[in-house]
Amino acid sequence: MNSLLLLIPLAIILGLIGLGAFLWALRAGQFDDLDGAAHRILLDDEPGPNKPRRREP
Amino acid sequence: MTAAGAALTAPGARPRPIEEAGAGCAHCGAALGGGQGRFCCHGCEAASALVSGLGLDAFYRRRRAAPGTLRPAGAADDVTPFVQARDGACRLQLHVDGLVCGACVWLAETALAGDPAVREARVNFSTRRLSLAWDGPPELGQALADRLAAIGFRVAPFDAAARDDAQARQERELLRAMAVAGFAAANVMLLSVSVWSGHAGSMGPATRDLLHWASALIALPAIAVAGLPFFRSALTALSGGRTNMDVPISIGVLLAAAMSLFETVNGRAHAFFDSAITLLFFLLIGRYLDLRARGRARQAAQHVVALAARAVRVLLPDGSVATRRPRNVAVGDVVLVASGERIPVDGTVTLGAGTIDQSVVTGESLPVPAAPGTIVFAGSLNLGQPIEITTGAAGENTLLAEIARLMEAAERGQGRVVALADRVARHYAPVVHVAGAATFLGWWLLMAAPVHTALLHAAAVLIITCPCALALAVPVVQVVVSGRLMRNGILMKSGTALERLAAVDTVILDKTGTLTLGRPVLVGDADPELGRRAAGLALASRHPLARALARAFPDATRVVDVVEQPGGGLLARGATGEWRLGNRAFCGLEGAAMDTDPEAELGMLELWFVGPGIVPARFRFADSLRPDAEAAIQALKARGLELRILSGDRPAAVAAMAERLEIPLWEAALRPAEKLARLDALARSGRRVAMIGDGLNDAPALAAAHASLSPAEAVDIARIAADFVFQGERLSAVVEAFDLARASQRIARENLILALGYNALAVPLSVSGFVTPLVAAIAMSSSSVLVIANALRLAQGRQPG
Repeated sequence: MNSLLLLIPLAIILGLIGLGAFLWALRAGQFDDLDGAAHRILLDDEPGPNKPRRREP
Repeated sequence: MTAAGAALTAPGARPRPIEEAGAGCAHCGAALGGGQGRFCCHGCEAASALVSGLGLDAFYRRRRAAPGTLRPAGAADDVTPFVQARDGACRLQLHVDGLVCGACVWLAETALAGDPAVREARVNFSTRRLSLAWDGPPELGQALADRLAAIGFRVAPFDAAARDDAQARQERELLRAMAVAGFAAANVMLLSVSVWSGHAGSMGPATRDLLHWASALIALPAIAVAGLPFFRSALTALSGGRTNMDVPISIGVLLAAAMSLFETVNGRAHAFFDSAITLLFFLLIGRYLDLRARGRARQAAQHVVALAARAVRVLLPDGSVATRRPRNVAVGDVVLVASGERIPVDGTVTLGAGTIDQSVVTGESLPVPAAPGTIVFAGSLNLGQPIEITTGAAGENTLLAEIARLMEAAERGQGRVVALADRVARHYAPVVHVAGAATFLGWWLLMAAPVHTALLHAAAVLIITCPCALALAVPVVQVVVSGRLMRNGILMKSGTALERLAAVDTVILDKTGTLTLGRPVLVGDADPELGRRAAGLALASRHPLARALARAFPDATRVVDVVEQPGGGLLARGATGEWRLGNRAFCGLEGAAMDTDPEAELGMLELWFVGPGIVPARFRFADSLRPDAEAAIQALKARGLELRILSGDRPAAVAAMAERLEIPLWEAALRPAEKLARLDALARSGRRVAMIGDGLNDAPALAAAHASLSPAEAVDIARIAADFVFQGERLSAVVEAFDLARASQRIARENLILALGYNALAVPLSVSGFVTPLVAAIAMSSSSVLVIANALRLAQGRQPG
């Protein structure tokens, strides 16, 4: 049963990391345009949030 | 020219494009008439050249827009007044219409981002908004907007500051609470499952207590955070001497948490942490969905309003002209209205004389003359010469003042319609309180149980009766239905609109702009050859009649060097002589004897076309019926609705329409107050009336009706008053709205019955003390899943259109 002393905190910490990631995503505006994200993923060369990335060869 | 066609068939794994080259216009996909090449019109040809020029041909391989969506319809409105300078860059927010697929988003963004000055061009597909930022002069914004318009998107600027941030903040707060509750619920449930399986045998008390303590550690802070919205609302209600559904929720959650803590501290077997936190999680889902559905509807309504709003040209005292946003126009400002433009403000004509189409204001389909001193209303169309209008706070006796008064009275008189869910909750809350209290007293006094046992059972009652399913039952239906309505081009603006629409038994229709399109359409026989030639000239103008002519002959060849003489017509000099398209006087036909029947002379809008070697041709225009009006009316009748037409137009025009649509009950030449009076009379006789209208004169009736619908082209005030706004030319959108409203109410009622029925079963169990945490968790989750699944039935089914 000693394994519980390790596993329970571990599970909670992992959960907290997930929660933190969600709250970060929420703040960063990841949930502002769900429909758009669904469509964008189908396009290969999307211009990105700012400008098209023109890399020099 | 077949490059695009070849590319279309190249990679097989790509999503299959809907339109193949050759099936329709190579740009917008609309069906091609005989003799047309790859494009349906010149706008599309130019747009396609622009898209190819930017190297964005890939768009055509992926586009999934409905045919005709992307047909360019003129330049963008003036966006300059909306440009804001921030962080060293100019910023502009635009509503974009015509975005229907990912490829459209890609095209719009890439077409703009290709400009080296553009820093950011980002489309929000959910809200159909585009935020633009660029370095350089503010005027560049106009060029960028024009580029979108040339591709075929309709754009309208909007005021970023006017956005409702409170809603966004509230939505975010709820989502955050939901995330915390979800995290805690998942983890506590994990621990609880271990405890429950431990009850079967092998787990020792020490391990159980450890798991309980871990649960408490997670659940208590989470309840403090996630329960805040409920506690706040419950406190507000209690301090106001009222009770609402949040009171039993708060008591139940807090009691359960406190009891569980007590059990944990004393090392007992049952803790309800999982129930308390799962309850909050489910309730927050319902709250969030509810808020989001309402927020979305409102946002969509703003979108529609913005697409119709235009910048206003104001004549400054020093003689220069400035463009302003409509709400920045002050009383006394002189506004310029060009020929063919909608009048943006209410005021008095101070200069110029012309003809004004007031059909959206009064329902009168005939244009009226306007001279200095005439009072005009926002929404009217200036068909004649350019005029100047002094913006006025319209006097007490004007039509507008009357309408404002009527609307105020109508809104006061309507009373608040209480949503079905609220009505249920209102009766439900006291029952829950009583049941909880009775359980406690019963166990404590009658059964002589220890206080904490009695409290535990009371907490179980409160938890099991808490309206998870009840709180989800209606919001889920709302979300599903508003999503489906939106896909069909119908925007719902009010939370209770579906409920009210479903209860309607009588429908009142306005004529002009509602049964009809509300814009002139070419009628009668016109010689196609002459028509095409005349339309070539008409392409140069934005006058409504010229545009109607151009629409009637989309394959016309644009004539270059056309001069527009405001209030007269269009003039082009060809090799053989002069071509004129315009009113009778402009074409030099004033004295000529024409076939004249007085009704037509009065009622018809006309354009004349003269040129060397042709007989003067007349094109006549009239407002025509929406293409599917007859079918839609039949469908409404088939649903058992009584139809009436109430119009402000002349009796003759209304009678003809009523006969054609087989609507025996009609009245014409009604003033706004009379429309309202008819509506009141019907309402008093016990009928639930839906009003469908688009004009200023309909606005009071729209506000007073049990439910109201308005087309997207309606005047602002009508759209604001209406519960539903439908887009496009189809009147059958109204039928869809009715059908979905009725279906949604059926499902909502089923859901409520399911939720209440489940409670009716569970309450006796919990009162008699049989509910362990395991039973509570199963019952709660299963009922919630049941109502959600039931609501999702609405998402499937036929997709009209």
